[in-house]
Amino acid sequence: MQKSLHINADKCTGCLQCEMACSYEHYGIFNTAKSRIKVFEFHDTGKKVPYTCTQCSDAWCLQACPVDAITLDLITGAKVVSEDTCVGCKVCTISCPFGTINYVQETGKVQKCDLCGGDPACATACPTQAITYVDADWTGLDKMREWADKLGNQNNAN
Amino acid sequence: MSWAGKLLRVNLSAGTCKSELLNMKWAKEYLGSRGLASKYLVEELDPKVDPLSPENKIIWATGPLTGTMASTGGRYTVVTKGPLTGAIACSNSGGYWGAELKMAGWDMVIFEGKSPKPVYLLIENDKAELIDASELWGKTVWETEPAIKTKHQDPQIRVSCIGRAGENQVLYAAVVNDLHRAAGRSGVGAVMGSKNLKAIAVRGTKGVGNLKDPKAFMAATAAAKAVLSGNAVTGQGLPTYGTQVLMNVINEVGGLPTRNHRDVQFDGAKDISAEAMATPRHSDGKAQLVTNQACFACTIACGRISKIDETHFTVENKPQYFGASGGLEYEAAWALGAANGVNDLEALQYANMLCNEDGFDPITFGATVGAVMELYEMGILKKEQLGIEAPFGSAKALCYFAEITANGTGFGKELGMGSARLTKHYGQPDLSMSVKGQEFPAYDGRVIQGIGLAYATSNRGACHLRGYTIASEVLGIPVKTEPSETAGKPELVKAFQDATAAFDSAGICIFTSFAWTLADVAPQLQAACGDEFTVENLTLIGERIWNMERDFNNRAGFTHKDDKLPKRLMTEAAKTGPGKGSVSGLDKMLPEYYKIRGWDPEGRPSADTLKRLGL
Repeated sequence: MQKSLHINADKCTGCLQCEMACSYEHYGIFNTAKSRIKVFEFHDTGKKVPYTCTQCSDAWCLQACPVDAITLDLITGAKVVSEDTCVGCKVCTISCPFGTINYVQETGKVQKCDLCGGDPACATACPTQAITYVDADWTGLDKMREWADKLGNQNNAN
Repeated sequence: MSWAGKLLRVNLSAGTCKSELLNMKWAKEYLGSRGLASKYLVEELDPKVDPLSPENKIIWATGPLTGTMASTGGRYTVVTKGPLTGAIACSNSGGYWGAELKMAGWDMVIFEGKSPKPVYLLIENDKAELIDASELWGKTVWETEPAIKTKHQDPQIRVSCIGRAGENQVLYAAVVNDLHRAAGRSGVGAVMGSKNLKAIAVRGTKGVGNLKDPKAFMAATAAAKAVLSGNAVTGQGLPTYGTQVLMNVINEVGGLPTRNHRDVQFDGAKDISAEAMATPRHSDGKAQLVTNQACFACTIACGRISKIDETHFTVENKPQYFGASGGLEYEAAWALGAANGVNDLEALQYANMLCNEDGFDPITFGATVGAVMELYEMGILKKEQLGIEAPFGSAKALCYFAEITANGTGFGKELGMGSARLTKHYGQPDLSMSVKGQEFPAYDGRVIQGIGLAYATSNRGACHLRGYTIASEVLGIPVKTEPSETAGKPELVKAFQDATAAFDSAGICIFTSFAWTLADVAPQLQAACGDEFTVENLTLIGERIWNMERDFNNRAGFTHKDDKLPKRLMTEAAKTGPGKGSVSGLDKMLPEYYKIRGWDPEGRPSADTLKRLGL
């Protein structure tokens, strides 16, 4: 069973624990500049929105890579960059409609979310459960439950 | 270690930026942030220096936990000799700027001298340069930050800057970062302005990675976060209601200073409380509060983000104030509200936004307005002088004063001096509700005895953040003590002051101490920095910092005579509430406090004390 990162921006406080967890997991340091998940703060509305790769089934980045450096992890469903193969041509960064694969100056390669091999550090670090790692087929489960409660439970509770 | 190990020294007179190795001996003895920056300041500065002269220095400093995953590890401190008090000034801020500086590879930045023209400092990792700021001079905080980001085509730059209040050397001007987080008190922004320094813009991509034992650090920080989330204050109260949760609580204990401390309870408290902020308005059906917000790495998230009522008289034809913005926090809501008898929540948020936009301290500003309103009611200040009728409770006067303070327009120039100078000027010095020239925050020192002693002895003038005995005296953390009782308070104040100095110097937020003791901080510091940071050693470090600050103030000319509260708190009894009839018992507590501190009766640390602390 595959899982997906599931983001509920309403719960995000903008603490950036996810960004630090990501950089620590992949580079062993706390460095928000190296994070593969990014929290955007929209000052005028007060909204904080975490954003990262959604692991497209038919992934633009994977299709675009001329050296097959991006492959599918069959267990997690993640599209994973092989640093050994990547030549840093950045075509994937152009092809991705969402901007979630990016170049890293220090390594000369690209980086993207790899779901940490099936145990995403960002979800573990999130203190408010704005980021969770849930059954890929049921990312709508919480919303369905909410509505089921509203329409079927509370209305009939006598 | 988790210090970056280097500091940036900027000589504004000469226009030079130089990298220096951090003095690691001092780092072990003073930790970082408040403690370490103060050590540098006292070593390098003549305590008699004029705070607004080029001879003063001003330091931005992070702590060893700043920029790490330790909860609330995003704090930085601005340390200088303060213009409001003439004492050591040390003002702490959250947001994201501190972590960015650390991730750029710097523990602190020391500024010396004065630039011949307005400049800002741009730091990009190891690179630092002073850049002409003539186009930014005259701009607000809210204009400055986006202008710098646009100019350098980098939205990820973080900015710590002054607004017009700092430029015009309003004596309680703040340094503001991330638009609405502030090193708010003691006028650190005026010192920045006096040096023609507009902003420090930072982009750091190096990260913080030199932890002593990363695995132990991740375990220790995770355990400490669990303590925060499981605690009623840090896990529920603060994220839900923010610091504003205190408004009704402090009013009920009869410790909410009202109308320049004439009263200790405010009948309008409920109208300006956390509960009011969350209640839908009649005008638009929306609550003022939009959401909560965390600072960097903070798992508490007490920050308030609000939207003002667009139909309110303060923002008529001013759509620039319609967006979500920081506030109201308890201290600002009290100082702008109860301290002046104003119960118009929207007016308070408007004045609060101006404090952020123009960069000045809402506590001192609000308390100064309180003194002005009292002088107005006494007939000493007149409408012609003030530009408006200003009785207690006038939201219009409050907002008008907030508009004219930063630029020093009309009476704004006098407002910008703070209440001590202003009331003295009008022959009523006893009406300034301040210690050492800095105004009280939101707790009445004649009803809540411990906080009165904490105010009187605070090294930066009246302050709640140097020894927050309210935790014990009102909230029962770690143990409940009776607010009206003076016995045991000297010990309580000392314990809070020393522990707070250690918390501040670690680079974390003092709000963690609602749930954490130093026993929760020590394992995080030990994993990050070294085994020597035990609870005992951290307590000693805190006491060392406290005494170092005190010694600086003594050499600056302060004596035991400055450890006093205004006459009103000593002689005018509380009129209502549980503390009715009470005045401050400072006279009883102060000699005992000196004794416990190991100071002589004149408030000077004894030779033995200095030796014991390695000073």
